Amino acid sequence: MLKRTIPLCITGIAGAVLIVAYFSPATTNWGEVVTDWMNTLAAVAFILGGGNLLFVNLEKISSRRPGWAYAAVTLLAFVVTLAFGVLKIGAIPNPQFPATPWAGDFESVRAPFGWVYEYVLSPLTATMFAMLAFYVASAAFRAFRAKNIEAILLLGTAFVILLGRTAAATILTGWIPVDGPFAVLRLDTLAVNIMQYVSTAGTRAVMMGIALGIAATSLRLILGLDRSYLVSE
Amino acid sequence: MRKSILHCRLTRALRLPGAWTCAWACCWVYGWSVALSPASAEVPEHAQVSPTVGGFVAFDKPGDDGRAIVLRWSGVESGSQVLLSRTLGDEERAAVIREQRIAAAANALAANASREVAEQAAADAERAMESDLELGWKFIGVASGPEGAVGYEVTDLPTADKGFRFRAQASRDGVRSTAVETLEPIVTERSALFASRLPLMVGIAALSFLIGWSVWRACRVRIPQLRKIPALNAIDEAVGRATEMGRSVLFVPGIQDMTDIQTVAGLTVLSRVARTTAEYDATLEVPTTRSLVMTAARETVQAAHFAVHRPESFRPDLINYVTDEQFGYVAYVAGKMVREKPAACFYMGAFYAESLLFAETGNAVGAIQISGTAEPSQLPFFVAACDYTLIGEEFFAASAYLSGEPAQLGSIRGQDLGKALVAVCIVVGTLLATIGAFAPEGSAASAASWLVDALG
Repeated sequence: MLKRTIPLCITGIAGAVLIVAYFSPATTNWGEVVTDWMNTLAAVAFILGGGNLLFVNLEKISSRRPGWAYAAVTLLAFVVTLAFGVLKIGAIPNPQFPATPWAGDFESVRAPFGWVYEYVLSPLTATMFAMLAFYVASAAFRAFRAKNIEAILLLGTAFVILLGRTAAATILTGWIPVDGPFAVLRLDTLAVNIMQYVSTAGTRAVMMGIALGIAATSLRLILGLDRSYLVSE
Repeated sequence: MRKSILHCRLTRALRLPGAWTCAWACCWVYGWSVALSPASAEVPEHAQVSPTVGGFVAFDKPGDDGRAIVLRWSGVESGSQVLLSRTLGDEERAAVIREQRIAAAANALAANASREVAEQAAADAERAMESDLELGWKFIGVASGPEGAVGYEVTDLPTADKGFRFRAQASRDGVRSTAVETLEPIVTERSALFASRLPLMVGIAALSFLIGWSVWRACRVRIPQLRKIPALNAIDEAVGRATEMGRSVLFVPGIQDMTDIQTVAGLTVLSRVARTTAEYDATLEVPTTRSLVMTAARETVQAAHFAVHRPESFRPDLINYVTDEQFGYVAYVAGKMVREKPAACFYMGAFYAESLLFAETGNAVGAIQISGTAEPSQLPFFVAACDYTLIGEEFFAASAYLSGEPAQLGSIRGQDLGKALVAVCIVVGTLLATIGAFAPEGSAASAASWLVDALG
C-alpha cells in the first residue's frame, strides 16, 4: 500500500497543483513550491549519485574487472576536481578580503578548478562533439543507399538540399533568372522551398502528435492509470 | 531643453542637505560651459525640433498576475526613442532607505560620534527618506520602433502597495524632451486566470474530457484495437537475441532529468524491457546522467523483477550514475558499447547531439537497436541508424500499448480523438484564411484572425 498509494497520491497532487498554478495567478506560488521541492530532491539525489559513482568504480578496481584502469582514472579525476572546487585550492585571493582564502575566485582560469574546466573538460567534450561529423557521414552513406522507391526519394531530396546549400547551387543553376518563370528550379530556391514547406509541414505534424502524446501521458500519470514505474504489490 | 536638464540637476541637488552652494556653483559652471561650447553653435538641422511625448497614460494589464502595467503615448516621431522609468516598489524603497540609514550611521561613527548620536543620525535619515514620496526613479527600458514607439509593457513589477508612477522622455540624436509623468499612481490587480492562457486551458479541458470519455468507454463498452507498433513488438526479439548470444542489454534513458516527460515515458518502456530481461535471465545495464533518473530506474527495474517473481536476479549496481556532463556520458556509454558489445541497445528518452553518436556506435558493434524520442531534430538520426524507431507520439503510446490495460488503451483512443479535433481546427482555419485572403474585409478574415489570436 505504502509503495504504491503514497507515490500515486504525490504524483497526482503535484501534477494537479502544477496544472492549476499554470493557469491561475493566485496559485503561481504553489507551482514554485513544488519546483523547489523537486530541486531539493535533486540536490539530495546528487549526493546519492556521487556516492554511487564512488561505489561502482571502487568495486570495479578492487575486483580487477576488465576496464578497471578506466575506473581508476574516473575516480582520480572525480576526487581531484571535487577537492579543487569544494576546498577552493589555489583560488585567486579576493583583494577585498586578502586574509580569507575561501573568499577567492576559484572559477578563474588561473585557479586549478577553472583551469581543469577550461583546458581539460572543454577540449575533451569538444573532441567528442567533433566526432559527430564522421558519424553523420557514415549514417548518411548507409541511409542514402537507393534500395527502394522511398530511399531513392530520400536520396534525391538530400542531394538537392546538399547542392542547394553549397556554392554548387550557383555554379549549376545560377544562370536561371531569379525573377523568371523557371526561378523555382534554381537549386538554392529549391532547397529553401523544401526546407520551408515540405520539411516544416512534416515537422509540425510530428510536433502536434508529440504535444497530444505529452498531454495524454501526463493525464495517465496524474490520474494513476499508468503505474508501470511503481513497485508491484 | 537645456533649461529642463539644468532644472532637473538643480532639483536633485536641492534634496541633499548642505549641498546648496556646491550645486549652484556646478550648475552655473555647467550652464556656461554648455552655452559656450562649439557644439551649441552646430546643432544638426534635423534636431532643431525637440522630440515630444504626448498623451502619456498607464493602466493595469488585465488578465495577468498583477505584475504588469501597460504604457501608452502619442506624438513620438519615427527615429525617436522613449526612455521610461518608474517609481520604486516597496522592497526597493526599503532597500534604499536602509542604505541611507547605514550611510548616515557610518558617517556619524567616522566623525567619532557616540553610538547614541549615530543611531539618532540613522533614524533622522530614515525619517527624511520616508517622507520623500519622490524617492528614487528606476530606469525600466527604452521603447523604439520604425514608425515611432506608441507603447510599452512593463512586466515583472515588484509589489507596491501605493502603486507605481511612470515617467517618459523622448530622445532623438541626443536631444531629450521634457519628462512627462503619469498623473495618478497605478495599482496592479491580480486576475483569477491568465487571460492569455485561456484558449490552452479550454483545449486541455476538451482533451481531458475526450480521454476520460474514451477511458470510460474502453472499461465499460469496448476495448479499442491499436495497430501493431513494430518497434515495441521487437523488444522480445531483441532481448531474446541478447540472451542467446550471452551478451548484455543496454538501456539509455536519455540525458534529461525526471522533470522531462520523455524520461518518464522512457522509464515506462524500461519497465517492459526489464520484465523481459528478468524472464529471460539476461543482463540489463542502465547508465544514467541524472541521480534521480538512476533512483527511478532502479525502482522500475526492481518492480519488474518482483512482477515476474525473480527478485533475486535484480542487481542495482548495473543501474548506475555516470555524469551530468553530456559528452562525458557519451564517452562512457560509447566506450562501454565498444568494449562489451551489447547485443541489444534501447534509446528511450530525450536526446540531443549524442543520439547519432550512440546509434552509430551501436550499429558498428552489431547490436539490434530500438529507439524512441520526441525530439523532432533527432528523429532522422535514429531512423537512419537504428533498426526500429518510435516516432513522437508512438513513444508516448508505448506504455499503454505494452500494458494492454483497457483504461490505458482507452486513453490512446482519446488522444486520437484530440488529434481529429486539431485536424478539424486546421482545416477550418485554412479555409477561413483562404477565403479571408480574397475578401480581407469580410467576416471570414475576422474569424481567421480571431482563431490565430486564440491559438497563438
